[in-house]
Amino acid sequence: MPDNRYENPGGSVTPTPRPGQERYVAPIDEGGLGAVDAVKADDAPTSLWRDAWHQMRGRWLFWISAAIIVLVVLVAAFPGLFTSLNPRVCNLADALGGPQAGHPFGFDRQGCDIYTRTIFGARASVVVGVLATTMVVVLGTAIGAVAGYYGKWFDTILSRITDIFFAIPLVLAAIVIMSVTTNRTSFTVAFVLALFGWTQIARITRGTVLSVKNNEFVTAARSLGMGRGQILWKHVLPNSAAPIIVYATVALGQFIVAEATLSFLGIGLPPSTVSWGGDISAAQGAIRTAPEILLYPAGGLALTVLGFMMMGDVVRDALDPKARKR
Amino acid sequence: MLWYLGRRLLQVIPVFLGATLLLYAMVFLRPGDPVAALGGERGLPEAVQEQIRAEYNLDKPFVIQYLLFLRGVVTLDFGVDFRGREITDVIANAFPVTIQLALMALAFEAIFGIGFGLVAGMRKGGIFDGSALVVSLIFIAVPTFVVGFVMQIVVGVRLGWLPVSAGRDPDFISLLMPAMVLAAVSFAYVLRLTRTSVAENMSADYVRTARARGLRRSEVTGRHVLRNSLIPVVTFLGADIGALMSGAIITEGIFNINGVGGTLYDAIIRGESVTVVSLTTVLVLVYIAANLLVDLLYAALDPRIRYA
Repeated sequence: MPDNRYENPGGSVTPTPRPGQERYVAPIDEGGLGAVDAVKADDAPTSLWRDAWHQMRGRWLFWISAAIIVLVVLVAAFPGLFTSLNPRVCNLADALGGPQAGHPFGFDRQGCDIYTRTIFGARASVVVGVLATTMVVVLGTAIGAVAGYYGKWFDTILSRITDIFFAIPLVLAAIVIMSVTTNRTSFTVAFVLALFGWTQIARITRGTVLSVKNNEFVTAARSLGMGRGQILWKHVLPNSAAPIIVYATVALGQFIVAEATLSFLGIGLPPSTVSWGGDISAAQGAIRTAPEILLYPAGGLALTVLGFMMMGDVVRDALDPKARKR
Repeated sequence: MLWYLGRRLLQVIPVFLGATLLLYAMVFLRPGDPVAALGGERGLPEAVQEQIRAEYNLDKPFVIQYLLFLRGVVTLDFGVDFRGREITDVIANAFPVTIQLALMALAFEAIFGIGFGLVAGMRKGGIFDGSALVVSLIFIAVPTFVVGFVMQIVVGVRLGWLPVSAGRDPDFISLLMPAMVLAAVSFAYVLRLTRTSVAENMSADYVRTARARGLRRSEVTGRHVLRNSLIPVVTFLGADIGALMSGAIITEGIFNINGVGGTLYDAIIRGESVTVVSLTTVLVLVYIAANLLVDLLYAALDPRIRYA
């Protein structure tokens, strides 16, 4: 006959229960909660961002684009680390001179060292690109999120405003405004580009917010008494971030190209600012005799844009489960 | 469908009004007096300036100016520019070349973009796919004007295959290179879009079914994969017509073509406000019309959109 008696923590022996009334009392767990957590950490990562990181880590494209971006940002922030010369000190006697010791890329039409100007030109592009992208992300996300989340007449008005700005091509609007702007700095160029460049991000955000706001966790948050604004900030926006981040990396590249286009037309950054667009424009004059001058600033520009575009590709692939399934 | 059409057409009106008002404000509320600048260093007598202002409605309040301009747009009479040319004539002169250029560029990006994209998407992860992706990224990363210069030097000067610049009344051959340059960036986008779309459809159930039924590879590709993959690509191409026409401002400058871009840039630099506003308004109209057309096409192709 099985022993149906069990000991309770007090140590006293209770009477044997009648058949059918046996109870099981679990022994007290001495391991604490740590044991439970340890199991979870060994599992495969489950969050979207952890998944994405695992996915990206194994791709060579990610490491190449990351290396390019780090290099360009480093050059933009500390050009003095890469060259000891001054990009504005030029000697006309050196004009169009070929490469020589200490001047690996040779000299441009004004006799400036091309390598030094290419290094210093990075800052203008990176500053305009980052500034414009930041403004576009803030403005576009705010407008798209309010339109998508609050709906009704918010949506009607904001969507029409988005349509209006969308109907004017970016470069066209930028040319019209920049041609009369007298105070041309990195900030004004970025501002003008952002003013007409936010529509795509607003549309993307509105779309994702519309689909995210009907999720169960939003209903749960609301039933727990969370305010609408708080839900938007804490739950809806973080879950809509993925497509915005992917678009932002691509937009950064596009803004850099747009800035170079404006500087090339002579209505972007002033000639006193060393920029790739301006240097390409200057090299245009000697295009038949010394076309290689053009290739250095153009190469720097292309490499920078390529870095950000490739990063956008990698991040998109990593965040999109459909693309991951092989 | 009729309901959708009507609603979509009604939505265009506020967008057109808003966009033209914005452009008008950008051009006319800017600092500087174009009339005072007409006389150059010496300046015009005050009375003459007054007369010119009255002639171009520049003495009236901004809103009245804008409404008079709108009346001009509707009656297709944009008035005359500061040099006395009918702006309608200026537009009629500028647009044919640019339309031809944009259509040629569109043909380039459609043929090569869809072709390469299809091959890349069908063998996703292969060597062709990898190199096509890298090449498309390079096309996106290198600005149009750099592509233009390099093409001019290599194809035009070194190899001598195509004329270096187009000039007045360009023929088909001399527009080939500008059209390729104009198409370069969009070509890369079309390629990538087609590739993604094809790759997605290749693993769809209906393709597997078609294969299981024993259809030939070419039939599966042509009838099932390509047709279903083209919907987003056609959308992009339609919307791109408008973008190509305003993007021509750079390409036309490089190749010395007297189209919309060249005329517009000239007008901006000269401060010909009326011409600038008229040309940009027509460009915006083309852009809106192209987007509208694409939306309707899309609704016709995909019933889910009509009823959304």
